[in-house]
Amino acid sequence: MTAPSHRAFDTAVPLEAPEDLAGLEASPAAAAIGVRRRLPPGLILSGIFVAVLIAASIAPSVFTHFDPLVGDFSEGLKPPGWVHLFGTDRLGRDVFARTIFGTRYSLLIGFGGVAVGLGAGIVLGIIAGQRNRILDEAVSRLFDMLSSFPGVLLAMLIVTFLGQGMLNIAIAVGIAGIPKFGRVVRAQTQLIRDADYVTQAAIYGLSRWQVFIRHVLPNVLVAIPIIATVYIGSTILIVSGLSFLGLGPQPPTPEWGVMLAESRDVLRVAWWPGVFPGVAITATVIAFSVIGNHLQQRFEGRLA
Amino acid sequence: MWSRIISRLLTSLVVAWASVTATFLALHALPGRIQDILAGDVEYPGLREAIAAEWGLDKSLPMQYFEFLSRIVRGDFGTSYVLRQPVIEVVGSQLLPTIELALTAGVLAILIAGLIALLTAGRGRLSRELASFVELVFASTPVFWLGILLLMVFSFNLRWFPVSGTEGWDSLVLPAITLALPTAGLLTQVLREAMEKTLDQPFVTTVRSRGVGEFVIRWRHVLRHALLPAVTLGGWLIGGLLGGAVITEKVFGRPGLGTVTLGAVLTHDVPVVLTVVLLAAFIHVAASTLLDILYVLIDPRLRAQ
Amino acid sequence: MTGSALQKDRAAPIVEVQGLSIGFAGANGDKPIVTDFDLTIRPGECVALVGESGSGKSITARSLLNLAGEGARTAARRFVIKGRDARNFSEADWRKLRGTVTGLVMQDALVSLDPLRTIGQEVAEVISSHRILTNPGAIRDRTLETLGKVGIPNPADRALQYAHQLSGGLRQRALIASAIAADPDLIIADEPTTSLDVTVQAQVLHVLAERIREGAGLLLISHDLAVVAGIADRVIVMRDGRVVDSGPTRDVLTHPRHPYTRQLIAAIPSGQSRGSRLASARFELGAADPAAIAIVREPLPQRRAAGEVVLEVEGIAKSFVAPKAAGRAKSVVLQDISFDVRVGEVVGIVGESGSGKSTCAKIVLGLLPPDEGEVRLLGQPWSSVAEAHRRRLRRKLQYIPQDALSSFDPRYRVSDIIAENLPRSDSRIARLDRIVSLLELVGLNADHLNRLPRSLSGGQRQRVSIARALAAEPAVIVCDEPVSALDICIQAQVLDLLTELQSRLGTALLFISHDLGVIEHLCDRVLVFQNGRIVEQGDAGAVLKHPRHAYTQSLLASVPDIRRGLGTGLAAAHA
Repeated sequence: MTAPSHRAFDTAVPLEAPEDLAGLEASPAAAAIGVRRRLPPGLILSGIFVAVLIAASIAPSVFTHFDPLVGDFSEGLKPPGWVHLFGTDRLGRDVFARTIFGTRYSLLIGFGGVAVGLGAGIVLGIIAGQRNRILDEAVSRLFDMLSSFPGVLLAMLIVTFLGQGMLNIAIAVGIAGIPKFGRVVRAQTQLIRDADYVTQAAIYGLSRWQVFIRHVLPNVLVAIPIIATVYIGSTILIVSGLSFLGLGPQPPTPEWGVMLAESRDVLRVAWWPGVFPGVAITATVIAFSVIGNHLQQRFEGRLA
Repeated sequence: MWSRIISRLLTSLVVAWASVTATFLALHALPGRIQDILAGDVEYPGLREAIAAEWGLDKSLPMQYFEFLSRIVRGDFGTSYVLRQPVIEVVGSQLLPTIELALTAGVLAILIAGLIALLTAGRGRLSRELASFVELVFASTPVFWLGILLLMVFSFNLRWFPVSGTEGWDSLVLPAITLALPTAGLLTQVLREAMEKTLDQPFVTTVRSRGVGEFVIRWRHVLRHALLPAVTLGGWLIGGLLGGAVITEKVFGRPGLGTVTLGAVLTHDVPVVLTVVLLAAFIHVAASTLLDILYVLIDPRLRAQ
Repeated sequence: MTGSALQKDRAAPIVEVQGLSIGFAGANGDKPIVTDFDLTIRPGECVALVGESGSGKSITARSLLNLAGEGARTAARRFVIKGRDARNFSEADWRKLRGTVTGLVMQDALVSLDPLRTIGQEVAEVISSHRILTNPGAIRDRTLETLGKVGIPNPADRALQYAHQLSGGLRQRALIASAIAADPDLIIADEPTTSLDVTVQAQVLHVLAERIREGAGLLLISHDLAVVAGIADRVIVMRDGRVVDSGPTRDVLTHPRHPYTRQLIAAIPSGQSRGSRLASARFELGAADPAAIAIVREPLPQRRAAGEVVLEVEGIAKSFVAPKAAGRAKSVVLQDISFDVRVGEVVGIVGESGSGKSTCAKIVLGLLPPDEGEVRLLGQPWSSVAEAHRRRLRRKLQYIPQDALSSFDPRYRVSDIIAENLPRSDSRIARLDRIVSLLELVGLNADHLNRLPRSLSGGQRQRVSIARALAAEPAVIVCDEPVSALDICIQAQVLDLLTELQSRLGTALLFISHDLGVIEHLCDRVLVFQNGRIVEQGDAGAVLKHPRHAYTQSLLASVPDIRRGLGTGLAAAHA
């Protein structure tokens, strides 16, 4: 299931200056603002987890000495224990090792998909956000058209044409994600285009091009890392779903979705191959979502 | 207001037309001959010629496009060479179980989301944080993993529900719950946040100053406001349910569009995949249009005088 | 409690509060936000709660309904509502009270009424909610009756409309109707007229005054002392959560005891304060007559006599065509606008919303092209040439907008904001020096260089805005309501800054405001805008003391004035 950002960067109330906050004439709920200064523990945990994920993608052998691809048949389907933390699968491969080595696929394909979608989305979004009604209509219809295909099905169509594999599902997921990113960038561009500091910039002797380069573009781009982080989680969900269906990396690649697909055969007798890779996916998505949401809330306070 | 509705309908026609056109262009933009692409993995003598004849591949491109369009409008999606059946038959027979699943899951998700949002919006900090956390977990859980977990617990171990198939309503229970929960997770988040934002608005203070009780405030005033962003999400929701249904069917071995499409992808049965995708797109466009019109009806500020 | 007119004898008080304190758990170091507040309101009486933002007046008023918010802790020596001890009220008791004994009217009906429900539904809610009437026909009759009471014409039609379909004055009245539908004993009005035009404000105040005459009590919260003078029997002045002054209106406003109250009154700009520093006022007791208190202010440096023309506006006209959805109606926003501005003078533009003053400002600034007519800057064509040609002249014409924060790029610090208006050719060191001297000119200093504007207060942001405008050494500055969003005391400081700089540097100002007091205090000449035309122009003192055009006269008649209010208002009737 993909998850669009429903908050979508709509305008928020500008943050009042400290002196104004001292009086509580605004919503009495504002009184509680003082408490929010510390970083929430969930955010710190998520940050640490993401750091661990990145470490696991770059140097998985640090975390485990087992080989993810080669298994000992005599050790097949051993439950979790001290030697095999997550147990072993049907072919005797250590599930923990496969989970660790699988990190890089989810992250790579996820980031890759986001990059593709973001790249095209930014360009199209900025074009649509200009004051040209025709361009805006055309690009918006393009977004509508792309988003009318459910992400999973669009990816399946692209895989039908291009074949299976990591790169292809990254492209497929990216194309399916263009409307998401494009619309947010478009909204952001329109917001900034209509902001006072842009409409009044001519007073300071700036040409339209200078205003675009110095004020519009930087403020639009500031939002990009936040958008990317918010959507990485949902992208990883689609990617693992497509891999589960067999459209992505093929066995014996230890990709989490593939691992879960394989686990279905042994579910009656062994629960662990069907649980740990799923926990990994869920935890990864949660971590990125928490970080993305936090960034988004902080950013919304700055929009004025 | 009517001009708004009419223009929205026209826009949806444009979008539907655009998806058909994009599909056509994508087909022709790919390297290789169309006959080969459409034939997929199948090979028997005379096949390529039959395809060329059926699709009029010897005619000019604009002619082909026009014929393509008119076929789609008539509901003729061609033939699946892999399964040797008209595509409409292939897809049509499997459409019902998938729609059944998507609809049930959708209704379930809306009910769950509505109930939880109503109960937890604006209440004490503990219940809000708890609900928030639970929603986050469910919205982050992959559908197929949730299905596997539910299968393990309820089918294999407790044996309450059948493992696969479409016999009777109890084969619908687990797949519907599997699909509903992640959707509900996201929907609840949206609804609850919208409700809490609304509860901070000045007009709610005015309503409270009239002595109206908290539940009535949420039901009579806040819910309608919170529905607006939820309705905006509706179109995406439908698409997500359709896509999720495809995955859920694989987990539970449930026949439906998902199985058909997956098989088609793996055998390169292009006509079937194309048809399923286009059908899903049409459903999505129709649903979004209805929801957008609903939005205009709910919010009187949009009915320009 | 029915709507019968009560005598002014000492009826039992509706509300009696003594020693009220309000705090929020975990905020403000666990100290209370409001302390030691006393209040008594009797039927037919109007008490005003006056203070600047942060004084605690809104929170205090809301706590009378127990609507101060989640986590609010109230304590009082005495808190009696209609004879019952409110300190022991349960939530159900409060709910029974709200709407039937008390009614709340807040600022801006557009956000204070549910935009998705009709006016009729909003007005009827309190009646059906408390089951005062249950028959739908009876409820409808009562709704229309209440709408009629507040002076809304065609109540049957209006009841089916939504808040955004009514004009500002009508919807504010609808808001009042929704608060009084159940005939509450006490009406609490929190800045009910603040966002309204002056003429509309007068009408709404009239509606409230009628309720008082019919025997309701009114707690009016306002920052505007002139409004208060015209309607309140007693005044309570609050600052930082404490009461600093209270008593009969006439006493508090003519013989203020607390220095803060004196500061507030003295900071109000008007014709009397012209040519002097608002923030420097001192109160002196007259030697001969101890009852007479005079406000003594420091004079400002003499303004230079007007010199040559810097800005010429000739025959400007502008209309907008509404988008297709709204029927492509053509609305004429400006017609036949002609005036000029000379070196060293301050020209004011005054008008209500919809008069076209903002559009005029944008055309003068070259942000909008006029449909007809021409603007000339320093003798050169301005509105008729392309942007590229007039860019060199841009430095001579600068802008101070109403909303300083939104005119700053959110990524920019104070030094970046000001530097944007300095020529790029100068060296970094030279630019930095200049920025620091500009900051000092506006009353800030080098410590503010690296601050982000959102961490500054409203007054400080406006100073940065002024510094930025001055950085270009302009001949003329267009000021569009630069002090309207500021508290009275801060407003006084910023106005003083503007006047002083203007005198010293000789910069011409085109000053747009809806506040006649500010215009009278600041401007040499004034232009009165109505519906896109200039209906009167001339020397500020002359026009505003002896207006000739009917609109100017009605405008001046509607503006609340402390002296006039004390003389003719309800306060006088009760004295």
